[in-house]
Amino acid sequence: MAGEKRNVLPGFGLTMGYTLFYLSAIVLIPIAGLFLKACALSWADFVRLATTERALAAYRLTFGASFFAALSNAVFGSVLAWVLVRYRFPGRRLLDALVDFPFALPTAVAGLTLASLFAESGWLGRYLCPLGIRGAFTPLGVVIALTFVGLPFAVRTMQPVLENLEREMEEAAATLGSSRLRTFCTILAPTLLPTVLTGFALSFARAVGEYGSIVFISGNLPFRTEIAPYLIVIRLEEYDYQGAIALAVVLLVLSFILLGTINLLENWASRFQT
Amino acid sequence: MASANKNRRVADRQGSQRGTDEPPLVRWVLISIAVAFAGVFLLLPLINVFAQALLKGWRFYWAALAHPDSLAAIQLTLLVAAITVPLNCVFGLAAAWAIAKFEFRGKSLLVTLIDLPFSVSPVVSGLMLVLLFGLQGFLGPWLAEHDLQIIFAVPGIVLATVFVTFPFVARELIPVMQAAGSEQEQAALTLGANGWQTFWHVTLPSVKWGLIYGVILCNARAMGEFGAVSVVSGHITGLTDTMPLRVDKLYHEYNGTAAFAVASLLALLALATLGVKTLLEWKAAREHALAQREPGPSA
Repeated sequence: MAGEKRNVLPGFGLTMGYTLFYLSAIVLIPIAGLFLKACALSWADFVRLATTERALAAYRLTFGASFFAALSNAVFGSVLAWVLVRYRFPGRRLLDALVDFPFALPTAVAGLTLASLFAESGWLGRYLCPLGIRGAFTPLGVVIALTFVGLPFAVRTMQPVLENLEREMEEAAATLGSSRLRTFCTILAPTLLPTVLTGFALSFARAVGEYGSIVFISGNLPFRTEIAPYLIVIRLEEYDYQGAIALAVVLLVLSFILLGTINLLENWASRFQT
Repeated sequence: MASANKNRRVADRQGSQRGTDEPPLVRWVLISIAVAFAGVFLLLPLINVFAQALLKGWRFYWAALAHPDSLAAIQLTLLVAAITVPLNCVFGLAAAWAIAKFEFRGKSLLVTLIDLPFSVSPVVSGLMLVLLFGLQGFLGPWLAEHDLQIIFAVPGIVLATVFVTFPFVARELIPVMQAAGSEQEQAALTLGANGWQTFWHVTLPSVKWGLIYGVILCNARAMGEFGAVSVVSGHITGLTDTMPLRVDKLYHEYNGTAAFAVASLLALLALATLGVKTLLEWKAAREHALAQREPGPSA
C-alpha cells in the first residue's frame, strides 16, 4: 500500500526537501547555535551563571506560579469543559467561543488589561485590594496572568474527550443503583484523570515560557516578582551574553523535558479512549 | 446523538431526572462557577481594554492611533505579518503534503520537530537569533563587513516572528490532509492531470478550511508576538516598534490610555480571529452534515 502510494503521487522529494531545509534554517540551526555557544562555557562557569541567587529566585517564581496557574486551570478548565459539553444553557456558544480568547489575544494586551483590572483603581482591584488581595505587581499577579494564557489549553484538551465519552458505563452504574457522586468518583474521575493531567501539563508548559503578559502585571522586582525569561532579557541588556545563554539553556532543556512528558501523557490518555 | 439530545430535552421539560444527570442544584452550581470564572477571566479583561481605551473620549482615541509613531507601528506589524504568513503557509503545505501523503521513517520525529517552536520561550527564541546574527554572534562579523543589519532591524523582527509562528499552518493541515486520504489525487493523476493540477484542483479545495484556520491563527500570533520580537527589535521608536512593542512603550511612558488605544486594535484582531474561527467550525460542521446526508435513503 505504502509502496503503491509512493509510485503514484508526485512531489515527495520536493516537499520533503523543502520541509527539511526550512525546518533546519528557521528552527534547528538557531537551537543548535544556542547549544554551541553554551558549550563554549566551562561547566563551572555554566553552573555559577545558571544558579545565581537571583536566577534561583526567578526559577522558583516561574515554576511555582506556573504550577498554581496550571492547577487552577486543571480545576476550572475541567468545570468549564464539563459544563460546555454536558449542559445546555443560554450563552453556551458564546462561552465556548470565548474560551479561545486568551489564545487569540496578544500576550502584551492580556498583561496590560489584567494589570489594569487588578490595580488598586481597577474594576476588580478596588474591591479586592481592601481585602488584602493584591493582583498587580505581586506573585499572585503572575499566577493570574499565567492562568489566563493557559486556560484554552486545559479546556480544549478536555472537551473532545468528554464529547466522545460513552455514556453506557455511567448508565450501567446508575442502573446498578450507584449514586451520581459514586459514579463520578469510581468511573468518570479515573477515566478522565490522564486527560486532566495532560491539560495540566500543557498549561504548565505554556506558562513556563510566558513573557509578554507577565512583564506588565508583575512589576519585575528582582528576587520577588521577576520571572526567568525576564532575567534573560535583563542579562542581554547588560551585554552579559554568557549569563543569558546559561539561563536560556536551563529553560530550553526544561521545556524539552516537559514536551517529552506531555507526549507520554498523551499516549497514556489515548489508551483510555475507544 | 441527535435522538439522545431530544430525549434529554423531553426529560428536562418533564422535570424528571435520569441516573446519568446531576441533580439540578449541582448542575446549577457548576454552570454558575463556569460562567463566573469565564466572566472574570475572559469577558472582563476584554471589556476593560475598550473601556480604558475610550477613557478620555473618542477624540483622544483617534489622536493616539493617528500619532505618527503608532501609524509606523501599525505599518510595521502589517508588513511583518505579510511576509511571515505566506512563508509559513508555503512551508505548512509542503510539510503536510510530505507527511500526510507518504510513509517514511522518522515521521513522528519530524512532526515533533515541527512543533518544537511552541515549547521554546519566546525570549529564548529571540536570544537564539541574537546569537546567530548579532554582533557577538556566529554571523555577526560577516554581516557587519557586508553592511547588513538583521538584529535591531526589520529582518530580525521577521525572523523572530517566523520562528514563533512556524508550526501553526503545518499542524492544522497535517491532520486534515491525513483524513482526506489520497484516493482522489490518485484518481486525478490516473485521468491524466499533472502534479500541480492535482494539487490546485483536488488537494487544495479539500483542505481549504484547515488551511484558512491555520492562516488566521498564524496571522493573529504574528501580529501579536511580543517576547521574541522585543529581544531582537532594539525598540527604535518609529522604526522597529511593532504594535505590541508600541503598547509596551506607551505604558512605560505612563500614557496608559494611548497604550490601551493601540491595544484595542489588537483586541479587535483577536475578536475577528475568533469570529472567523467560529464561522469556519460552523461551515465545516455543515459540510460534514451534508456529506453524511448525501448517500440518501440508505443512510
